[in-house]
Amino acid sequence: MARTVWDSSVGKKTVMAVSGLIMLLYLVVHMIGNLKIFFGPGEFNHYAHWLRTVGEPFMHYEWTLWLIRIVLVAAVVAHAISAYQLSRRDIRARPAKYVHRKARASYATRTMRWGGIILALFIVWHILDLTTGTVHAGGFQEGHPYQNIVDTFSTWYGNVIYVVAMLALGLHIRHGFWSAAQTLGVGSRTRDRALKTVADILALLLTAGFLAVPVGVMTGVVN
Amino acid sequence: MKLTLRVWRQRAADADGAMSTYEVDGISADMSFLEMLDTLNEELILTGEDPVAFDHDCREGICGACSLVINGDAHGPERTTTCQLHMRSFADGDTIDVEPWRAAAFPVVKDLVVDRSAFDRIIQAGGYVTAPTGAAPEAHATPVPKPDADLAFEHAECIGCGACVAACPNGAAMLFTSAKVNHLNVLPQGAPERETRVLDMVAQMDEEGFGGCTLAGECATACPKGIPLVSITGMNKEWLRATRKVSGR
Ligand code: HEM
Ligand code: SF4
Ligand code: FES
Repeated sequence: MARTVWDSSVGKKTVMAVSGLIMLLYLVVHMIGNLKIFFGPGEFNHYAHWLRTVGEPFMHYEWTLWLIRIVLVAAVVAHAISAYQLSRRDIRARPAKYVHRKARASYATRTMRWGGIILALFIVWHILDLTTGTVHAGGFQEGHPYQNIVDTFSTWYGNVIYVVAMLALGLHIRHGFWSAAQTLGVGSRTRDRALKTVADILALLLTAGFLAVPVGVMTGVVN
Repeated sequence: MKLTLRVWRQRAADADGAMSTYEVDGISADMSFLEMLDTLNEELILTGEDPVAFDHDCREGICGACSLVINGDAHGPERTTTCQLHMRSFADGDTIDVEPWRAAAFPVVKDLVVDRSAFDRIIQAGGYVTAPTGAAPEAHATPVPKPDADLAFEHAECIGCGACVAACPNGAAMLFTSAKVNHLNVLPQGAPERETRVLDMVAQMDEEGFGGCTLAGECATACPKGIPLVSITGMNKEWLRATRKVSGR
């Protein structure tokens, strides 16, 4: 079955849909968690510490977190490889362009590939910045995410990278969520409006929710 | 009407092609687009030039032979086949670009003619029923629920023209294939091959070098028979069901 799925364009698209939805689910939780920054360093840093103790005493310190990380890495890798392979197939299937060109599908639809590349680069930067601290500006402090976030959004480039990536994310989800429903065969004529509305709401909520943090730092609400 | 045409000319499959410009005069608004091209060809023949090659057969919108991307739209600006497109959709003095279907799986044979036999091979892979159906059956013998009959009829309208592939930014044949899969899979006559049909047709589609679906929706906008985008959703559902069933055996 795994072979049938991976060897077929329809199957590979299913991998994209499932991995995309896993990432989407994670992002909803992640966004809500981020909003705790507005309750001050005490609550936010405590929340970050709690993330490492989830599941104790059954799970050891950080086990749950690592489990989530493994699932996410698998999802990102599966999503990116399928995206790459399917995109190559699509480009090869249409070698000659029309002389008379027209602007076609919606902006969100047309930017899925570039948006995906922006998101991939963002994920790498984001981890190096706030998880490992490798490229962090202004002294990375392990266990003090509140202070680290304030550092990041106190630089102009930190804000630019973040804002661009979150706008790309919104567009990606707008087309992606509805798309995934079609790929998984759960879309229908009667459900189409509802699915499009949910996609728009999810895109808007995630973009606004994630952007609230840098805006909070920029306006001094978070400092 | 007086028109300027810019037409893709390509001597043979392996030759380079380019857009050539022609002026045509005396075009009536009641002519079909193909009749307008016939007028051009008559003039070309008189001047000793090679007439423009294009596909056509029934000229009444039912066979699927005609093609042409007109001003960037497959089958032109109206939702119909090129043979049913009339010159009243254009204005005197217009410049009209005429190009062949573009897709790796539909190579140009000459000028505006492309080879669509990849579609035939997709049909051969599963677009048929093995149950002997004979003449029109007695209506009570095998009852088909009304919604199923409607769905089958809607998808049976596909004429295999390939406009969906031409319009798709990925050169995908998903709409065509889904029309056939939905048409036959919903009927009792198609039930024996329900799983192999969708698996084999999708595999053949991939094999022919068509692209994948990114749900851009261009196919359904271009389809002269109104096959809806949700047909692709229906085929995906059938494909996932078949994959589970076949590997569960
Ligand atoms: C590694 C970075 C990423 C890349 C390279 C990428 C790329 C792509 C591409 C090329 C598509 C197909 C677009 C199309 O069909 O037109 C897609 C679809 C999708 N993406 Fe991403 N993406 C990335 C990250 C994400 C993230 C973080 C999410 C989570 C919200 C996500 C969710 C989705 C969903 C739900 C789909 C729809 C799948 C389908 O059409 O069935 N992607 N992605
Ligand atoms: S689905 Fe529509 S556009 Fe595609 S081949 Fe059938 S009739 Fe033509
Ligand atoms: S020539 Fe038959 S459909 Fe146009």
